[in-house]
Amino acid sequence: MDDFYRDYILDHYRNPRNFGHLDAPTASAEDLNPLCGDQIRMELQIDDGGIVRAVRFSGNGCAISLASASMLTESISGMPLEDVAKLSKDVVLENVGIGISPTRMKCAMLGLRVLKSAAIGELAGWPDEE
Amino acid sequence: MLRPSEMQKALRVRDDFPIFTRPTARGKRLVYLDSAATSQKPLCVIETLDEYYREYNANIHRGVYEIAARATAAFEEARAKVARFVGADPGEIVWTRNTTEAINLIAYAWGNTNVRAGDAILLTELEHHSNLVPWQLLAQRTGAVLRFIPVDKNGTLVLDDLDRLLDGCRLLSIAHVSNTLGTISPLETIVPRARAAGATIVVDGAQSAPHLPVDVKALDADFYAFSAHKMLGPTGIGALYGKRALLESMPPFLSGGDMIRAVEYDRATFNDPPWKFEAGTSNIADAIAFGTAVDYLTELGPAWVREHERAITAYALERLAALEPRGLHVYGPKDPAKTGGVLSFNLADVHAHDVASILDTEGVCIRAGHHCTMPLMRKMGWHSTARASFYVYNAEEDVDALVTALEKAAHIFKV
Repeated sequence: MDDFYRDYILDHYRNPRNFGHLDAPTASAEDLNPLCGDQIRMELQIDDGGIVRAVRFSGNGCAISLASASMLTESISGMPLEDVAKLSKDVVLENVGIGISPTRMKCAMLGLRVLKSAAIGELAGWPDEE
Repeated sequence: MLRPSEMQKALRVRDDFPIFTRPTARGKRLVYLDSAATSQKPLCVIETLDEYYREYNANIHRGVYEIAARATAAFEEARAKVARFVGADPGEIVWTRNTTEAINLIAYAWGNTNVRAGDAILLTELEHHSNLVPWQLLAQRTGAVLRFIPVDKNGTLVLDDLDRLLDGCRLLSIAHVSNTLGTISPLETIVPRARAAGATIVVDGAQSAPHLPVDVKALDADFYAFSAHKMLGPTGIGALYGKRALLESMPPFLSGGDMIRAVEYDRATFNDPPWKFEAGTSNIADAIAFGTAVDYLTELGPAWVREHERAITAYALERLAALEPRGLHVYGPKDPAKTGGVLSFNLADVHAHDVASILDTEGVCIRAGHHCTMPLMRKMGWHSTARASFYVYNAEEDVDALVTALEKAAHIFKV
C-alpha cells in the first residue's frame, strides 16, 4: 500500500484537475462514503451531441479518492455520455496504475460511482437533484 | 518516561494476549492502538468461552440437570462480578448486547413512560452516535427537545450555562470519557447540579469502565452503560446498571421467554429485574467470559490501568510533539490528567485514511474517520482525524512504533 503513494498520485491529490463547479451543469451527482465521511460531487456539461464538454468535481477525501476522481475527470473529457455510463472500474485501476487494497477500494471508486450516477441519471431522464 | 517496573508489567500483561504472538501479514510486530474501538482478549477469556462450550453448554434458569445448573451458576456469578466491578448490586445489572443496546433500553423502557412533550433532554456536543441518536428518536416520539453542553476548541466541556441548560431538564445523558478526544467529563461537577435540577442521569461508560476506577454509587448515576468487548471481554455482551427502584418501575423492553413470571393467552406478568429486561436465551458464554475479563482487570487493578494509560499518554504526547514541525497536530485537552488514553490527530494535509493505511504497512493499527461523532467533527471543522488509543498491553515501544510509522507517512507525503 505504501507503493501506492507515487508522485503523480500526490500531485493529483494536492493539485486536483477539474476541481470546482460549472456555472450551469447539464448533469450532476453527489455521494459520500458513510464509513469515512469522504464526499465527492461531479458536475458535467454535455453538448447536444451527447458529448462531455466539461467536467468539474468537488468534495473532500483521502489521496486515493481525490486522486482517482481527478484522473477520472481527465479520462472522460470528450467522451460520449453513453460511454461514461458504461465505464467499468478498470478505468480507475488503469489510471492509478498500482494495486489498491480491498479496504481502500471504496475510496478509489467513490468518484466513479458519483460520475456514473450523474451520467446514468441524465441518460434516463431522471429528475436532476437540483 | 514510564518507570521501568511499570513498563515491565505492561510487557508481562502483553504475554497474556495470544494475538500479540502473531506477526502481521507483512511480518511486522502487531502494534495495536485501537482499543477504544475494541480491546484484545487475554487467554483466560478465550479459555472461558472454550470451557463453557466444551464442558457445560446448557440453557440457563430452567434445566434441572448438572451442566444446566453449572451454566446458571456461572452466568449469575458473572453478573455478580461485573456488578462488584462498578460498585453495584447484582440485581442492578442487566445484560445487554452492548452499550448501544443498553442506552436504547433506557430510551424505550424508561424514556417512553417518563419523558413528555416539552421536556428537555441534555446531552453534550461530544457524544458518540450511540448516545445521541436514541435520544433524537425519543424526542421525536415524545415531543421532547434536545439540548447540548457545548465543547470548546480544545474539546473541553463548557459549563458556564449549565444551570440554564438544566432548567426543565428531564434527563441528562453524558459520556464519561469521549471516544474521539479522550476528554474526561467532570461528572463530579455536573451530576450534583443535574440531580439538584431533578434530572435522571445516564452515564455512557463505554470508554470509562475499561479504563478508570468506576463506582456507580459514588458517581450518583441512575443508569450506567458499558460493553465487555472494550474491556478485554467478548463482543456481543454488555451491561446496564440501573438503580433498583428505577428498574422496578420500568416496563419491559423486549418481551418473550425468561422475562416472565406467568403467562396466560391474553396477558402476562413479568419477572423481577434484572431478568425482566432479559427476554430470550441470553448470551451465556460471553456473559461468563465477561466475568473472567473483569476478574483479570480486577487483578491488574483499575487504579494501575488508569495510571498506566496516563503515563503512556504523557509519553505519546511528548514523542508526538517532536513531529509538530512536520505538521502533526494533536486535538483534545492534551493534558493526560484530563483525558483517557485516546489521542486524535492529523498529519499536515495528509488525510487520516492515508495515514492509517501507511501505518498499517508497519503493523500499527489506528482508527481514521469520524469515530461515530459526526456532529462533533463538523463543529470542530475536521473532515476526519486519526486516533490512537492505549490499553493495558501497550508499552512505550508501541508509541515508538507509532512515531516511526508517522515519520514514514510524513516522508511519503513529503511533509
